[in-house]
Amino acid sequence: MREKLLDEVEVGDRLKIEKKDQGYEGILMPHHHFSDDDVITLKLDNGYNIGIKADETTQVDLLKEGEERPEKAEKEVDIDESKPKVSILGTGGTIASYVEYRTGAVHPAQDEEDVLYSNPEIAERCDPEVDILFSKLSEDLVPGDWVKIADRVVELLEGGSEGVVISHGTDTMGYTAAALSFMLSGLSRPVVLVGSQRSSDRPSSDAHLNLLGAIEVAKSDIPGVFVVMHDSMSDDRCMIHKGTKVRKMHTSRRDAFESINEEPVGMVDPRTGEVELDQEFEPGKGELRRKGGMEDEVSLLYANPGTSAEEIRTAGEKKGLVIAGTGLGHIRTELIPELEKLIDEGKLVVMTSQCLNGTVNDLVYSAGRELLEIGVISGEDMLPETALVKLMWALSLEEDIEEIENLMKENVVGEITDRRVR
Amino acid sequence: MGGEKDHEDIGLKVGLEIHQQLNTDKLFCGCPSEMVEDEGKTVLRNLRPTASELGEVDRAALMEAQKGLKFRYQAPERSTCLVELDEEPPSGPDQEALDVALTMALYMDANIMDEIQFMRKIVIDGSNTAGFQRTGLIAMNGSLEVNGKEIGIPTMCLEEDAARSIDEKDGEKVYRLDRLGIPLVEIATDPDMTSPEEAKEVAQTIGGLFRGTRKVKRGIGSIREDLNVSIEDGARVEMKGVQELNMLPEYVKKEVERQLSLLDIEEVLEERDAEVEDEIYDVTEEMEDSESGLIQSNIEKGKGVYALSLRGFSRQLRGEDNEPLLGPELAQYARKTGVAGIFHSDELPKYGITKEKVEDIEERLQIDEKDAFVLVTESEENAREALERVIERANMALKGVPEETRQAKPDGTSVFLRPLSGEARMYPETDISPEEIDQSRLERLEEELPERPDEKIERFQEEYDLNEQQSEQLFKKGYDVLFEKIVEKYGKASVVADTFLQTYPDLKKDGYEPGKVGEDKLLEIFRRLDSKEFAKEGISELLKEICEGRSVEEGIESAGLKTVDEGEIREKISEIVEDRIDFVKEREMGAVGPLMGVVMEDLKGKADGEKVSKILREEIQKRI
Repeated sequence: MREKLLDEVEVGDRLKIEKKDQGYEGILMPHHHFSDDDVITLKLDNGYNIGIKADETTQVDLLKEGEERPEKAEKEVDIDESKPKVSILGTGGTIASYVEYRTGAVHPAQDEEDVLYSNPEIAERCDPEVDILFSKLSEDLVPGDWVKIADRVVELLEGGSEGVVISHGTDTMGYTAAALSFMLSGLSRPVVLVGSQRSSDRPSSDAHLNLLGAIEVAKSDIPGVFVVMHDSMSDDRCMIHKGTKVRKMHTSRRDAFESINEEPVGMVDPRTGEVELDQEFEPGKGELRRKGGMEDEVSLLYANPGTSAEEIRTAGEKKGLVIAGTGLGHIRTELIPELEKLIDEGKLVVMTSQCLNGTVNDLVYSAGRELLEIGVISGEDMLPETALVKLMWALSLEEDIEEIENLMKENVVGEITDRRVR
Repeated sequence: MGGEKDHEDIGLKVGLEIHQQLNTDKLFCGCPSEMVEDEGKTVLRNLRPTASELGEVDRAALMEAQKGLKFRYQAPERSTCLVELDEEPPSGPDQEALDVALTMALYMDANIMDEIQFMRKIVIDGSNTAGFQRTGLIAMNGSLEVNGKEIGIPTMCLEEDAARSIDEKDGEKVYRLDRLGIPLVEIATDPDMTSPEEAKEVAQTIGGLFRGTRKVKRGIGSIREDLNVSIEDGARVEMKGVQELNMLPEYVKKEVERQLSLLDIEEVLEERDAEVEDEIYDVTEEMEDSESGLIQSNIEKGKGVYALSLRGFSRQLRGEDNEPLLGPELAQYARKTGVAGIFHSDELPKYGITKEKVEDIEERLQIDEKDAFVLVTESEENAREALERVIERANMALKGVPEETRQAKPDGTSVFLRPLSGEARMYPETDISPEEIDQSRLERLEEELPERPDEKIERFQEEYDLNEQQSEQLFKKGYDVLFEKIVEKYGKASVVADTFLQTYPDLKKDGYEPGKVGEDKLLEIFRRLDSKEFAKEGISELLKEICEGRSVEEGIESAGLKTVDEGEIREKISEIVEDRIDFVKEREMGAVGPLMGVVMEDLKGKADGEKVSKILREEIQKRI
C-alpha cells in the first residue's frame, strides 16, 4: 500500500497526505527501519516526524518537489604550519557529524574540511593532515585492514608527521591497537587510537574531548601505540592506555576503556594539553617499518562447561587456537586429549584466562600441569584478544613452531607483564 | 485595565502550553519518577552544539559554546541510572505514560497518530544531559469545550522532563538528574482565549482532565504552563514557566499592560522622530571625578564608562510619574551579555551621578532634555557588547512590541529571556523504535476512560449530597480525586468538602500551607476522626499542628483534642476510688477534692474537668 501510494514521489518531497477526515502536510522521510511496512513517515512543519499508516482511504498529493541537499557552507580553516604536524587517519567511527535539521539526516564528517570545520580547535593545537583511509564500522574490520592501517601509519610518519591519531569505532579498537603495537617496528613517535562511545551527532558526545586528548598525546614524544579515551563519566581528562593492555569493558559508558593488569600509562588534560606519564618509553629499535602481517587462520575459544570436543576439533582446523580458559587457565579435563591431538598435528594452542584480571598459572592444579605437559603455551597475563592478535602476527612472521612458541612467550611490546599490583 | 470587555477590544489572544508530569516510571528508563534530597555522585560535562550544514550562524553558536558551557550533574542513584547520565541508550517509552497521553487525546477528541516517532529536540542549556530533549507527537487537532466555547488543541506531545536546576556558580550550572526523564504530557492550545480569566478556566479544565487519569503528579512544579499573549498591533510573546495556576490572569494582565505601554511609547517616539545612534562613546574621562562608588571602583579596576544616545527618548525609559517604561527592557537585554545593569538619564541624577555629570554627558553626546542616554560601566569589550544589545532593543521600540520569549517571575511580571525561537532543531531519536498505536489499545483506553469533569461534578452532587457550587469548587481547586478517596473510606462528605473549601482557605489566610499536608496525613486525619479520636471541630486546629511539622497523632495530642469517652473515664475513676476505699469511707464526699487532683493527673487533661468531677461524685456516692 505504501509503495503504491509513494510511487510518484520521492523522499524530500513536500506532500499532502489525506486519510479519512484528516490531512497532513510535510516532507516525506525515508521509511523507518522498524516501522510497519505501510507506515509513511512525514516531517511536519513543527519539526515532528509522524507515522501515517496507509490504507484504502489514504491519498497522497505532491505539493512541491524536494530541494537538493543544501550546499555545504564555505569552510575556511586557518592552518598554522609552524605548529606540530599531526596526521588524523580516519578508519571509521565518526569524529564528527553534521545534522541536517531540515530532514533530520545525520551525515558523518567525510573529509578534511568537514572534520576541521566541526572541530575548529584542532587547527589551534596542530598543523593537521586529515586522511580518510576507509569508513567502516569497527565490527566490520578484518585483520587485513589492520595491515592497511599499519602501512598508512608508516607512510604518514615517514612523511613528517609528529604523530598519528587514528579515528576508530570502539567495538574492536582494542584489537587494532594490539595489532598495530606488534606490527609497527622501530616506532619512535606516538600512534594514538581514539573513538567515541556516545554518538557524535549529540551535543554531549565524548568524541570531541577524546580527539583533542589524542592530538595532544600524538604531539608528545612517547613512542608506541596507545588508546586515548575518557577517564570517567565526566568530561575532564582522558586516560592513555597501552595498545596491548587495553580493553573495552562497558557497552556504552564513556569510560569503557580500561587497562587490564596494569595502570594506564598516563593521562592527558585535553583542554590544557598537559600530558602526564607514569611510565617511560624507549623508542623502538631499528628503522620504522611494518614488521610481519596478520595470519587470520587463528581461533579464539571461550571455554565453558558445555564446550565439546567437536568445538575444539573445528577450532583446530585453523593454524592456531587461543583459549580464554576458566580461572587460572583451565578447560574441562576430558578435553585435554583433544588439545594434545592438535598440538601433535603442529598447531599452536595458547591459554589465557576469561577472568581477564590476573595471570594464567598452570602449575597450581594438576589439570593445568597436564596442559603444560602436552605443550599448551601459557599466555601469562595477556588479554585473550591480545594473545589472538599476537598469534596471528607471530604466525605471519615465523614458520618454525618453536620460534613462534618462543615469540609468544616473549614480551614484545608490553603485552606481558611480570608483576601485577592489583 | 478594566474588565473583560476591554480585553476583547484590544484583540487579546491567549494560548497555553501545559506540561503535566506523570506519576509513572520515567519515560525512557526503569527509574522511578521521584525527586530526592540527596545529591548522589556528581559528573562534570560540556555540551557542544552539533554543526549543521549551514554557514557562519552555526559557527558563531559553536564558538559561543566553546567559551565553556560547564555543567555539573548530581545523580542520586535512587532515581537516576546510566540513561539520565547519557551513558546508556534509552529504552521505552513507558507504556503506562503513553496510555495517559493517549487517554488525554481521547478526552479531547484529537486525531491520534498511527505511529509515534520520538524526536531529539536540541537543547544546550544543560538541562538535558544528551543535549537534546526526547519528544514525540501523539495527537493533533483536538478540542475542548470550556464554558460553552470551543478551544482548539493543535498538538499533544509526550516528552521527557528536564533536569532540575539547583545552582549556578563560578561559571558552572548545577543540575540534579532526578527530574530528568519524568514523563510530561504537553498540551498546546490555539490562541482562542480572549480574557485573562478564561486562560485560567481553560488551564483548570485541562488540569482537571489530567487528574481524572489518576496518573499525574501533584504539587508545586508538577504542572507548568507556558503562555503566549498578543494584542492587536502588539506581538506574540511567549511566557515560560508559570507554576501557580491562580497567577495566570495576573501574567496576562501584566503582559497586556506592558504591550500597551510599548505601543504608547512607539507612538510618542514616532511623533518625536526619535532615533537610536549606533555610536558608543567612551565617557570615562567625564566620569572620573563622579561621586558614584561603583563607577569610581570600576575606573580604579581599569574599567570604563561608556554611553549611548537615544534621541527623542526622554521620559520613555522611566515616565513622568516615575513609572518604569523602556528602562527595564533595555536593562534586560544588556544583562544578557553579563553586565550587572545600566544607568539611564530618566533616572538621573541619582546613584551618585550628579546633575552636573548628567549635563557633562549630554554635552559630550550633544543631546538635550528631549533625548535620553544610557551608561554602562564595565571593561570596554563588555560595555560595548552590552550597549550593542541596548541599541538593538531601542530600535525595536521604534516599531512597537518585539516578539520575545520571557521568563515568568513569581510576582506576575516577566523578564526577557531570548527572542522568540524559530523552528526547533529536531531530528529522529534512532535509539527508540517507533510505537505503533493499534486500534485495540485505543478501544481499551476508550472503555477505561475516566469520567469527564461535567459528569463528575453532577455525580458529586447526587452521590455525596453536595450543592453545585461545592462540587464545582472541589473540582476546580483540584480536590476532587482526594475528596473521593477520603469519602469512599470514611464517609463524612460534607465535613471533607468543608475542610477543603472553607478550612483550607482560612488556614491560608492565617499563613499556613495546608496544601503541603500530604494525602497520607489527610487520610489519617479522617480515619482518626472516624474512630472518634477527636471531634470534627478540631480539624482546623489539627491541620495547624500538622502544618507546623507534627504527625497527626502528635497534633491531636498537642492541640489537646483527644477525646476520652465517658466509660473510660468512669473506669479510671472507679479504679482510683477502689484503691483508696478506706480514705473514701472515712472522708465521704470530702474525698472529692483530694481525689480530683489524682484523677486529672491520671487522665493528663484529656477529659473535661466538669465531667470528671460529676463522675467522681457519682462513684464516691455509690460507695458510701
